[in-house]
Amino acid sequence: MAKVKVAILGSGNIGTDLMYKLGRSEVLELTTVIGIDPDSEGLKRAKELGYVTIDTGIEGFLERAELADIVFDATSAKAHIRHAKLLKEAGKQVLDLTPAAVGPFVVPTVNLDEHLDADNINLITCGGQATIPMVHAINRVQSVEYAEIVATISSKSAGPGTRANIDEFTQTTSRGIELIGGAKKGKAIIILNPAEPPIIMRDTIHAMVEGAYINQQEITASIKEMEQEVKSYVPGYRLRQEPIFDGNQITILIEVEGAGDYLPKYSGNLDIMTAASVKVAEEWAKNRITKLTV
Amino acid sequence: MTNERDVLITEVALRDGSHAIRHQFTVKQVTDVAKALDEANVPFIEVSHGDGLGGSSLQYGFSLTNELELIEAAASVVKQAKIAVLLLPGIGTMPDLKQAAKLGAKMARIATHVTEADVSPQHIALAKDLGLETVGFLMMSHMAPTEKLVEQAKLMESYGADTVYVVDSAGALLPYQVKERIRALKDSLKINVGFHAHNNLSLAMANTLVAIEEGATRIDGSIRCLGAGAGNTQTEVLVAVLDKLGIKTGIDIYKMMDIAEELVAPILEKPQEITKDSLVLGYAGVYSSFLLHAQKAAQRFGIDSRDILLELGNRKVVGGQEDMIMDVAAEISNRGLVHEH
Repeated sequence: MAKVKVAILGSGNIGTDLMYKLGRSEVLELTTVIGIDPDSEGLKRAKELGYVTIDTGIEGFLERAELADIVFDATSAKAHIRHAKLLKEAGKQVLDLTPAAVGPFVVPTVNLDEHLDADNINLITCGGQATIPMVHAINRVQSVEYAEIVATISSKSAGPGTRANIDEFTQTTSRGIELIGGAKKGKAIIILNPAEPPIIMRDTIHAMVEGAYINQQEITASIKEMEQEVKSYVPGYRLRQEPIFDGNQITILIEVEGAGDYLPKYSGNLDIMTAASVKVAEEWAKNRITKLTV
Repeated sequence: MTNERDVLITEVALRDGSHAIRHQFTVKQVTDVAKALDEANVPFIEVSHGDGLGGSSLQYGFSLTNELELIEAAASVVKQAKIAVLLLPGIGTMPDLKQAAKLGAKMARIATHVTEADVSPQHIALAKDLGLETVGFLMMSHMAPTEKLVEQAKLMESYGADTVYVVDSAGALLPYQVKERIRALKDSLKINVGFHAHNNLSLAMANTLVAIEEGATRIDGSIRCLGAGAGNTQTEVLVAVLDKLGIKTGIDIYKMMDIAEELVAPILEKPQEITKDSLVLGYAGVYSSFLLHAQKAAQRFGIDSRDILLELGNRKVVGGQEDMIMDVAAEISNRGLVHEH
């Protein structure tokens, strides 16, 4: 099968984890890793694996833009705003893993179909990727009046960017719960837990549905179906307990174990972001290939 | 009444006490209590959801009354006292703090887990920008060694906090541990040091006195012990004890006794005492606000609430992780079933 060429912008933890995931893809061909520090661990590893490495940032890549049609941006929100403009001009399709949110929010299991031709999409937050599918799973059976999610991640997997801008997480995630999950009102909470050994990412979804009668069986079935859908691209995604029903309330307890490609397994929060972005890019690639063959 | 104060007391019943009554405060209760505390010359009165601004949720319990209404009501009746609000980054956000300041809050207490101070720089900076007196609140202080606590307190100092508190959220600290922590902070910080106790091991008063001896000048209390778990250091008793020790709080003891008896006792669904569950909170080192949630989960799954709390302690669960209660309860109950078969 023909593959679509992709590049990773950013050679930090996320970029490096992406590199290992892309190495396994059947529709994406990673050609290039772009950074700004030639001595970074990410660029060294990329070189060892035989990828083209560029250490002069976006400008360096634009000089050799034929290296990729799809670009993953794993830099920072501030940098992405500049990158987004340049990459759009160069005609690239871009996956934004930063909180910049230049393009529309995408959760692969919910609204990917609407954005197959987008030039730029945003992956929301780790908590959003883990919980919005479940809000949607309830909402597709019975309207969700209110959904609230609690993401608990190990202190070790929360980088300085997340820590210094923690409001960005709660605000962006709650917006995603409403816009993509379909809840009338959304709320997000994030908790850092320093326990050693580090805890695996956990997410709790509390939801209240409309109406006096709650369709317990259908909602449970929809939740389990969604668990499998997410699992297809995040193997360590699982329900910790059966969904808990109480009046018109539902509580879903989830755990996200990372694949351990580059980042440790407990950091499911980072893994679900990279895995979701790969999933989106793969669908983009399939869409491109289909168009070419038609 | 004197305005000389050796120790500045923050009355937390209208915030910490929110946990004890499942966040059901009414505007009238808050107005009456805040007005009376102000007349008794209490310098700071904290008003918020138990989990701080934005805490109203399914995770922690919805507030009966929007906390912003409560803050506004309290601010409108106080003459000398300042209204304080609590904010936990990750739960509350900067817009919430701006709103509270607009409604009359004069003090912001920015709370993080004892090892996670670096989620607070934006909120501390904003509080300072808003002209609020700013407190860094290091929760679950028993979970970190003293050196770590000092390191984290210094971070909060560097972000601009005017005071840093050692917060014994689980009521788990023993007097010698309080002594060591307060002394270390006094030695390493230039700003005020405060102490917040819970009475789960019946040590709130003793620990508070130790903290004051070591130099803490900001102290929390809850009148009639209206706080999470077994409540906090009982404010009216503390004021009397400090008076006997010749330590000035500037607070009227007689008026405090009357408020406790006439206004606060009727708010409590039952008198505060150290029940088996609150004892276990202190013993296992579990966040005090887990109490009622654990009892509810125990009932639902037909298990002993102490087993849930002990297991949460084993797992080193931190403040805010109320969702773990249901999770652990379900697990214990599933395990129980396996045993029966």
